[in-house]
Amino acid sequence: MGKIDVLNGNKAAAWGAKLSRVSLLAAYPITPQTPLVEYLATFVSDGEIDADLVEVESEHTALSVLQGGVFAGARTFTGTSSQGLALMYEPYIRTSTMRLPIVMALVTREVISPQTVWGGQQDAITVREAGWIQIWCESNQEVLDTVIQAYKIAENKGVLLPVNVCYDGFSLSHMAERVDIPEQEIVDTFLPKPDITHVKLDPEEPMAVDPLTAGPMLTEYRHKQVTAMKYAREVIEEVRQEWLQLFGRDHGGMVDVYRMEDAESAIVCMGSPAGTSRVAIDEMREHGIKVGMVRIRVLRPFPIEEVTQLLSQVKAIGTIDRNVSFAAGFGTSYLELKTAFGGKTMPPMIDFIGGLGGSDVTMDQIKQAIVITQYVGQGGQYRDVTWFGLDEVNIQELFEQSPQEEKEGIL
Amino acid sequence: MKQIRFHGRGGQGAVMASELLCHALVHEGNYGQSIPAYGFERRGAPLEAFVKLDDKPIRERTQVYEPDGIIVLDSSLIAQLPVFNGIQKDGFAILNTRKTIALDDIPQEVVTLATVDANRIALDVFHAPITNTILLGAFAQATKLVSLQSLSECIESNFPRKIVEKNLVAVARGYHEVQVISRNTPLRKVD
Repeated sequence: MGKIDVLNGNKAAAWGAKLSRVSLLAAYPITPQTPLVEYLATFVSDGEIDADLVEVESEHTALSVLQGGVFAGARTFTGTSSQGLALMYEPYIRTSTMRLPIVMALVTREVISPQTVWGGQQDAITVREAGWIQIWCESNQEVLDTVIQAYKIAENKGVLLPVNVCYDGFSLSHMAERVDIPEQEIVDTFLPKPDITHVKLDPEEPMAVDPLTAGPMLTEYRHKQVTAMKYAREVIEEVRQEWLQLFGRDHGGMVDVYRMEDAESAIVCMGSPAGTSRVAIDEMREHGIKVGMVRIRVLRPFPIEEVTQLLSQVKAIGTIDRNVSFAAGFGTSYLELKTAFGGKTMPPMIDFIGGLGGSDVTMDQIKQAIVITQYVGQGGQYRDVTWFGLDEVNIQELFEQSPQEEKEGIL
Repeated sequence: MKQIRFHGRGGQGAVMASELLCHALVHEGNYGQSIPAYGFERRGAPLEAFVKLDDKPIRERTQVYEPDGIIVLDSSLIAQLPVFNGIQKDGFAILNTRKTIALDDIPQEVVTLATVDANRIALDVFHAPITNTILLGAFAQATKLVSLQSLSECIESNFPRKIVEKNLVAVARGYHEVQVISRNTPLRKVD
């Protein structure tokens, strides 16, 4: 048993880095990641982390410092959000192509403009094609555990890709809850010291890293990145199993599945709305609505096999997105699911967009999404995408049209 | 699950109070969640924070709209804001006020009303209107949802050392000086 404490998401991430025995830190504060930097600095000044903390003048430098650190064999950690991520973009892309196993907390937030500092998932969504693995968390326990898991995934010789541990700004980063802090000795057996040899800063054996690369070789680079991403799926599943054995906790692998065994309809979401969805699902099931949830835990690589297998069984899918894709005006999980199914037959799917700019994704909204999805599964017609707060949602009207009138009054 | 809503002003420590309460609840073996509702942060601006309490893991990640009780850190907010919004049946209200408030003056749902002149105590103890731990002491007395001992132990283990002593005095004074009235029993004896 570890130690029980109350941690907010940022502190949980800092604990994850501490238990992973990181040796190099560099970060620049930005809302809502700022407390993470403060916790890391406190750990270092109190001697609780044996690491160098480099004070930098920007996110661009923060990530560049970590790159140099990896060349010198360090295990590195940083975190950012929103505009900080935007300023980090140039070294961010370079990190994945150079195959540097850096772990970074991405404390998700809206992007500016309009001027905002609040929660949303748009920042992480914009970089999903940058070659980083993206793991999305639902709870602060998962944040702590996933930071440690992320090193094991990133440093695997067949993967060697950077990992973003994404957690919703404010909804998780500033929410404090009970967390079980694992024992250092057990973490040490799970996560051995880093052994990075493919890029190395060694005066005895000089190596040119990232030289000018022509088309054919660049094609090979990209192909190898994609191959590593594919292989990461297996590693993520292995890491999940090993974690379960050592710590008795399971946050899912590529996806996290809730009450899908006999589900007639499914809610699909990422991040903090998943927790609220579980409670809504339990309640709706008491009213005879057989609904389950597939939480997309890993957005990159995308869990194509898992979602197609799980969701082809249901009569309707309702996606809940705290982000927007400009491809067609749907949220990202809606779009990704369409791509995953490709030409295969898929159940009717509708999208719900909410939780933008720090808005709460409320219990009522999720219950509405469940009822509407169930209605669509029974052959009902509904708009493809509902924007909570903008579109009028009238459940009562929908019940009147519904063949199952006994469900009236459950909301 | 019990849900509590804090009303305060920037700088009075509503967020710190919600986290301290969460620590104390977990310290007693429960599950707790503290959620700050961040808006446009300014010192003195009204703000809310929430605590959820249960004996099993809390999975909801929402703010609190239908609280079982409210804790109001700032006396001026009671008249200025609809602090009782959404309050549930058998609810409680822990108010910082020096006025005498009758049960007839507040919504029918509120069964337990606790009032404490926290400004006076805060000026005594801190020489500043920081009322958060005083109201938590009053909350512990009025609801018995957490013990004074747990709150005190969590102040010792979580607060910066230089403010521990004064907050231990503040939480105890809130606990002992609160006036509790109930619709069920007209006047409850203070321990």
